[in-house]
Amino acid sequence: MSVASAAKISSVPETGDEGGMRYLDRLPRRVVLVYLPLLVFMIVLLFPFYWMAITAIKPNYQLTDYNNYSPFWVVGPTLDHIRYLLFETSYPGWLWNTIVISVVATFVSLVTSVFAAYAIERLRFTGAKVVGLAIFLAYLVPPSILFIPLALMVFGFGIYDTKLALIFTYPTFLVPFCTWLLMGYFRSIPYELEECALIDGASRWQILTRILLPLSIPGLISAGIFAFTLSWNEFIYALTFIQSSENKTVPVGVLTELVRSDVYEWGSLMAGALLGSLPVVILYSFFVEHYVSSMTGAVKE
Amino acid sequence: MSIAMTRSEAGRPARLFDLSQGRNLLGVLFLLPAAVFLLVFLTYPLGLGVWLAFTDARIGRAGVFIGLDNYVSLWGDHVFWLSVFNTVLYTVAASILKFALGLWLALILNEHLPFKAFFRAIVLLPWVVPTVLSAIAFWWIFDAQFSIISWLLIKIGLIETPINFLGDSTNARASVIAANVWRGIPFVAISLLAGLQTIPQSLHEAATLDGASGWQRFHHITLPMLTPIIAVVMTFSVLFTFTDFQLIYVLTRGGPLNATHLMATLSFQRAIPGGHLGEGAAIAVAMIPFLLAAILFSYFGLQRRRWQQGGAD
Repeated sequence: MSVASAAKISSVPETGDEGGMRYLDRLPRRVVLVYLPLLVFMIVLLFPFYWMAITAIKPNYQLTDYNNYSPFWVVGPTLDHIRYLLFETSYPGWLWNTIVISVVATFVSLVTSVFAAYAIERLRFTGAKVVGLAIFLAYLVPPSILFIPLALMVFGFGIYDTKLALIFTYPTFLVPFCTWLLMGYFRSIPYELEECALIDGASRWQILTRILLPLSIPGLISAGIFAFTLSWNEFIYALTFIQSSENKTVPVGVLTELVRSDVYEWGSLMAGALLGSLPVVILYSFFVEHYVSSMTGAVKE
Repeated sequence: MSIAMTRSEAGRPARLFDLSQGRNLLGVLFLLPAAVFLLVFLTYPLGLGVWLAFTDARIGRAGVFIGLDNYVSLWGDHVFWLSVFNTVLYTVAASILKFALGLWLALILNEHLPFKAFFRAIVLLPWVVPTVLSAIAFWWIFDAQFSIISWLLIKIGLIETPINFLGDSTNARASVIAANVWRGIPFVAISLLAGLQTIPQSLHEAATLDGASGWQRFHHITLPMLTPIIAVVMTFSVLFTFTDFQLIYVLTRGGPLNATHLMATLSFQRAIPGGHLGEGAAIAVAMIPFLLAAILFSYFGLQRRRWQQGGAD
């Protein structure tokens, strides 16, 4: 049998006898090459979450007693760790801080970025291209280089240890990211729409608010979701600029306040990690497509 | 520009002038918030960081200019060189693993699978969850006494005593790299998957008809078509890995014996708890050449992609 016809069979499974047999031949191969590795990947990628969740609801006496209780399951799950977290630590306060900071920083960055992206992509003022490139370069500046001078500035402005310190510094990575993403998005909207509106006598402001923004809602959602998760996950600025327990964000609070002495409270630590991840995971699950498109969009453009 | 040109051709040259001036004015006005913000909070601190590296600033005390003293002392500081070595090792090892495993996962996800969208959504989870929080889970998984991995291996009979994941230099390095790879695979896989989906199916069909094997198709079609996006994805990945801070800070804080100190964590340790802002800034500045190399790489990756698509922009 020639290669060509074999290929034809493999790409279009036939219902005939021979085709059916070949299909069976190929199935084990497919299991080994595709399903088995996929299964391993899934187990490895998801296990830490499972471990986090199961530890969070395990009673303390089962936590390290692997011989009498199967470590992978829990007998008599308890909410003690979560209760401890919510009522005996500052955890609710950290959650609130993180929400406020993330929402405000995201909103401010988004508004700023819409104008900037519109100016660069659509007004095409002199030098717009250079500014576009500068935005991209700004996106590549990592927080690990900026946190020392920023700490000095935060001190100088007198906003050390306040939410404002983070609200002002988070946009350093959010604005370049959102602008870059929205530039790509605006580029995909046909210019003709704007030309028509211009001819009909619409002002730039009207074009932006009545035509471009309604059409870019998916792009705005993408940028917003991604920016929100980025601020939620931020760590080094929050660690450096915040000192008092009540102003901390979740990632910093869990790490610095829940770890005390040498006895680690694994149950409440895992509960803290789980609860802190939940908001972004829920948000993500509602907007998977937007999230993916903003991630790949930022890479592709 | 194109509208302006057509308008002037329509016989309204005066309007052209108006329009382009209005455009520039409006452009500046719209750009102003972002520009002012980025200049104050990004460009200025970048310059301030470079300046600080030339001073002996400490927390609570403005420094004086001391020239290259910070760099000179770093030059003779074996902990600094160890951190450079660690950073390079961490970046290279983690990036290679992330690339290989990420590409593999992308190729698997590009097959015709049931519940494909579901799998893709699940795969991204490690990337979505805050690094610090997943790192805390790894901390527990890597516990010296009660590590679940050790328990499993003992149960199977592969080892006798629990593995000292984070207490031994080699193990600690391997552990932090593993945790970093775990977090980075989704980003590489999903980005490459997006790239894979842009490769026209007809190319594969044509090659199959010509008798190309699966490996030949991968080597001569998939890989060349994917190269530009691989360049960009890996640049980002290298950038994130090179400047990583969170994972190390949670898992080892640079220990044991500085075996896992990265430049970023060393910079933090010297500057904030140690109080030597100048020295910390110098370490941070020392990262810039590496980052520039990565950015240039990314730039040429982008150029090549545009060229391949036949775009002039």
